[in-house]
Amino acid sequence: MKEKTKFNRRDFINTGLRIGIGAGLGLIGVGLSTRSVNGKTTWQIDPAKCIQCGKCTTECVLQTSAVKCVHVTDMCGYCDLCSGYLKQGSKELNTAAENRLCPTNAIVRTFVEEPYFEYKIVEELCIACGKCVKNCGAFGNGSLQLQIQQQLCLNCNQCSIARNCPSQAITRVDTDSPYSLKGFKDLKIGG
Amino acid sequence: MKHKIKYFFLILVLSVSTFDIIAQRFPAPEFEGDYKIPQTQISKVQPVFFEYLDIAVFLATLSVITWVIIKKRSRKAVFWISVFSLLYFGFYRNGCICPVGSLQNVSMALFHPEYTIPVTAIIFFIAPLGFTLFFGRTFCAGVCPLGAIQDIIALRPVSLKPWIRYVFGLIPFIYLGLAVLYAATGTDFIICRYDPFVEFFRHSGSSLIFGIGGILLVTGIFVARPYCRFFCPYGVLLNLVSRVSRRHLSIANGKCVNCRLCESACPFDAIDKPTGLESKKDNRGLVKKMMIYGLITPVLILVTGWSVSRFHGELAHVNFKVRLAEEMMTIDKNINNATLPDEIKAFQSSGSVVENLYREAASIVYRFYVGSWILGGFIGLVFGLTLARLTIFRYRDEYLTNKGNCYSCVRCVPYCPIK
Repeated sequence: MKEKTKFNRRDFINTGLRIGIGAGLGLIGVGLSTRSVNGKTTWQIDPAKCIQCGKCTTECVLQTSAVKCVHVTDMCGYCDLCSGYLKQGSKELNTAAENRLCPTNAIVRTFVEEPYFEYKIVEELCIACGKCVKNCGAFGNGSLQLQIQQQLCLNCNQCSIARNCPSQAITRVDTDSPYSLKGFKDLKIGG
Repeated sequence: MKHKIKYFFLILVLSVSTFDIIAQRFPAPEFEGDYKIPQTQISKVQPVFFEYLDIAVFLATLSVITWVIIKKRSRKAVFWISVFSLLYFGFYRNGCICPVGSLQNVSMALFHPEYTIPVTAIIFFIAPLGFTLFFGRTFCAGVCPLGAIQDIIALRPVSLKPWIRYVFGLIPFIYLGLAVLYAATGTDFIICRYDPFVEFFRHSGSSLIFGIGGILLVTGIFVARPYCRFFCPYGVLLNLVSRVSRRHLSIANGKCVNCRLCESACPFDAIDKPTGLESKKDNRGLVKKMMIYGLITPVLILVTGWSVSRFHGELAHVNFKVRLAEEMMTIDKNINNATLPDEIKAFQSSGSVVENLYREAASIVYRFYVGSWILGGFIGLVFGLTLARLTIFRYRDEYLTNKGNCYSCVRCVPYCPIK
């Protein structure tokens, strides 16, 4: 047994290196944790920077993008002639399929009262092409905005859309305010 | 009085600007009926609780597998733990975040004070290294989902020639260097981008990576753990740390009788055979060689450093801002606006000053220049040390696990007659 407890040169070097590496790891851990966030951050689009290029449709690692069109209902004008719903310059302004802007028919409209209509996004159908968002921003109130739906997002270490976003509109945000919708004040997080 | 006017204007400006934000082309209607404006549909973030659950499960799995490897020495238990890790960290948690990728978060955080690194990333980076420092690469054995998927399918492993292992074993060092360079410059997380198995976990992704993953899995039947051995950048760190580990899985616990039963048990060629007395003779020649390699190494560092730094422009081209600045410089002022690329249109509409962009891009390119010198020097150093290591002779009279390369999978232990 005495043989084993003998302390040779190689053991000494190994112990030294081990203590060194351990100290280094401890330093990194303590140093970084002083400016880390509790829990995590999430990816989100800044609608002020978004140019609706349509890359969100194709660049997300999910087959159907985690980015969806979000309808900020408080901002909506409830217009009959909704520029996000109907194509520009439709000859007859009815609501038939050929006049609709959305390629997947993900916007549903229901009559409220003369002359107002309610618009709703069917999330399962939305592919985040941004066509309605672009038109609503250009001719309407801008109540349609592209946002990453946090329940769908896989929260990848590096967002694949963020890398390809031409306006660099996708950044990590704090989980306390996971949505960056523009233009209205208090946002209740609904289901 | 002057102050009052100032304040008046300030208030005026502020009220106008807030008015601008709220102003709508079509004001919200006042409904006559009892219609109520519905709530905006947005989904909640997954509670932070799950992040802490991940950390707890991770540390628990790591502790259990370490105990199983060091104390119980049971291959069966290691196998089932790796199945669990594959299912939980792989398929259930979609393989993100993993320790392999977390090294990028850490290097990004070290160079970018404004980047807030999640606690999960810090713990996922440090815990496996800490465990390896004391018990060897128990993390690789069955906690890493990438390792687990390859370990399970290693059905017909073949032994590789040493020169193949040495040459291809250099790739992880280069990969690690590139990953740190790109993370430290805030450009990209290439390990996550080219993670070959994460797309299997998510059931979706690009077909290119699916293809690479598929090839690696098929190769993995015959060449055990190809990603771990010849690509994994985190494995480099674990390998180096494991060499000085306090304890390590051993085949016969120091009671080896040289029965040769374990000789071909290791699918990763990580068992060092006894050297035999004869091989100790040529020691003098080896020392001479070692001195030559030791002298060559600094030259090698300079040569590779210089040659990699020649490519710093190409390396920097991956960075978005550098690319945008180059495009901005080359655009034709007379060209029709509609045909411009999206990023230029976005930049022009953002109202940023182009000179600031150029300045920023230039500083990023300079960082790449310095970084590519360091990367090249690092590669040269690794080449030199790999050569020098070939000349190190260490006498062994028993079968031992190679502390650096051993994944502690415990496959060799059942072959040993000494319990």
